[in-house]
Amino acid sequence: MPSPNPLTRTTPLIHLPLLALATVFALPLLWLLLTSVQPREQVGKIPPEWLPRQAFITVKGETVPVTPPLPVGSDKLVVVPSAGPKQGKPLLVDPADYQNGRVTVRTQVADRLLEESYPAQLEQAVPARFVIVKEWFLSKYTSREARVFYVDPSAVTRSISPIFGNYPEAIRALSASEKDKARPLGELIGKSALPWTHKGDRSKTITFVTYLGNTLLVALLSVVGTLSSSSLVAYGLSRIPWKGRTTLFNITLATMMVPFPVLMVPLYGVFRSLGWIGTLMPLWVPLFFGGAFNIFLLRQFFLTIPSELSDAARIDGCSEFGIFWRVILPLSRPALSVVALFTFLGAWNEFLAPLIFLTEPETFTMALGLQQYQSQFGGSEWHLLMGASALLVVPIIALFFFAQKTFIQGISTTGMGGR
Amino acid sequence: MSPVARTNLRNGLLFCLPWLIGLSVFLIYPLCAAFYYSLCDYSVLLPPVFIGFDNYLDLAGDPLFWKSLRNTAYFATGSVTLGLVVSLTLALLLNSKVRGVGVYRTIFFLPSLMPVVAGSILWMWMYNGQSGLINTALRSIGIDGPAWLGDPTWSKPAIVIMAVWGAGNAMVVYLAGLQDVPTSLYEAALIDGAGFFQRLIHVTIPMISPVIYFNVVLSIISGFQAFTQAFIMTGSTGAPERSTLFYVLNLYNVGFQDLRMGYASAMAWVLFVIILLLTFAATKLSKRWVTYDR
Repeated sequence: MPSPNPLTRTTPLIHLPLLALATVFALPLLWLLLTSVQPREQVGKIPPEWLPRQAFITVKGETVPVTPPLPVGSDKLVVVPSAGPKQGKPLLVDPADYQNGRVTVRTQVADRLLEESYPAQLEQAVPARFVIVKEWFLSKYTSREARVFYVDPSAVTRSISPIFGNYPEAIRALSASEKDKARPLGELIGKSALPWTHKGDRSKTITFVTYLGNTLLVALLSVVGTLSSSSLVAYGLSRIPWKGRTTLFNITLATMMVPFPVLMVPLYGVFRSLGWIGTLMPLWVPLFFGGAFNIFLLRQFFLTIPSELSDAARIDGCSEFGIFWRVILPLSRPALSVVALFTFLGAWNEFLAPLIFLTEPETFTMALGLQQYQSQFGGSEWHLLMGASALLVVPIIALFFFAQKTFIQGISTTGMGGR
Repeated sequence: MSPVARTNLRNGLLFCLPWLIGLSVFLIYPLCAAFYYSLCDYSVLLPPVFIGFDNYLDLAGDPLFWKSLRNTAYFATGSVTLGLVVSLTLALLLNSKVRGVGVYRTIFFLPSLMPVVAGSILWMWMYNGQSGLINTALRSIGIDGPAWLGDPTWSKPAIVIMAVWGAGNAMVVYLAGLQDVPTSLYEAALIDGAGFFQRLIHVTIPMISPVIYFNVVLSIISGFQAFTQAFIMTGSTGAPERSTLFYVLNLYNVGFQDLRMGYASAMAWVLFVIILLLTFAATKLSKRWVTYDR
């Protein structure tokens, strides 16, 4: 029933612009996820194909994934030489080259065309309408040789099938050095250098797990550091009346205008003289000393808690720290979770500081590891780049659905979110 | 000083101790050091040598400095203006008590959560000249799209568009602001015979102007710090033709690639002053445009 109030009555037509805009906003993310599960032959097609499709053929009851079919062109024969350098390997030849059980093999040696003849067995007659398909491998690092099939086009079925194997492949590509890439994934992950691994242990390799461990360690320490220090300081600035706290608060507000790029050169010098360059410490130690924005946020929240609560606790003989710990903190869970969430996001997404302060691959965070991979292999392998990007994005999206309320509340009240 | 005041002073200082240390070591000292280095020839490896205001004088005649400043101003202006229009439109559409607000809000908001590194790589793929989604869409309506990130005219708009895609964050802020506008004001306007656009101009916008002001100032400040998108999508030189050489990208190159830390510090201080001036100007302007009568 339409509401009589023209302020709350809305026309269903409003869904048209909303749906159009929602499509525009959702498409890039959808495109990322779809590309990340496409076989590499499908990526970069013009026009682009949305759904991941894979070609299959069935050989002796076994379903084999194959590369996109290529036309044979003219009638051919498949023969297997029983002698010579190509012995035992099926060859696709013109019917004219196979006479009386012998095949003529031509090889270009420098500027001469070498003609040799070997005994061979006919394996298959290939009519012109047939297509060539190659056994499809997920990993380019596999050492097995691909089987080649010559089949009727109708035998090739293309079906929608997401290649989830792109993700392990992206993990492999993202992480290891060239020589490690042929290792089995399990072994690769098992040998990963972890943030707490002794430095200089060369038996460990740098993998995606290393980056993930570093990122999580930095994020966790950042959250712990920010929560403990900023809440202490915010308490000191809001609930203890002392001379100079207004001055300190004003200075704190003013420092919110100093952007990181302004400080990065001298900070590099500070961390260098402390011997922290190349370690994770520049990324989390400063957070144990508070941050202007979080102090401000928590102070505003602490101010809303009635002072009677503190007074009552004080009369009961509670120390100042006791009041902070037992009265104020338990009441501030919403504000503290907003601070924790945004600090985590900040650490997860941060790029400039890791780029400057982390010099050793074993200390790289995920964002930095992804950028390093992109700068080496960018412009090709989009399916793996999208897979690796998804590995960075999906945890954040999951976190959003897990803590949606905190996100929306935090952004609505603070006017920013993790940036 | 009374005993209570003394205890409070002691406790206050104790509680604020982490920040007093953090403030001095990680903020005030670096800020002062940056100013001192900006007056020096300094390469980190050797101690700084005082050279007076030479770095600043060199900056004034450095075409790259001016280019990066122009690029950054272009990006900040473009992304802030377009971002404001888009996020406010989205918020107004969602504020009309439409069904499924939660779903729409999630869809508009999610892109803003995208880590910049992953977002940049995704948009490189979107902008791919041949098989990118953008040019495919353009081709389908008969337009031959540019090479975007490879074209000096289109590389900056490309990065602006990517930034606008992340406008969902501001949308959430505006939506919260819109929901705080008292209905009585709209009812009064309605009785006075105000139409939709009159209500928008005379009630909605003035009532959320403090939120808009706060958000715009923050966006300008963060726009001037743009780095990662350009670094990843177009490399540290800001190719093509340095059209995406942003200020901080230039600062990074000078400081951490060429190790001219003194010169980089001068750039850092100029950036600091620019941000101070912009914030100051915004505060002055806000007196005229922002309504604070809640």
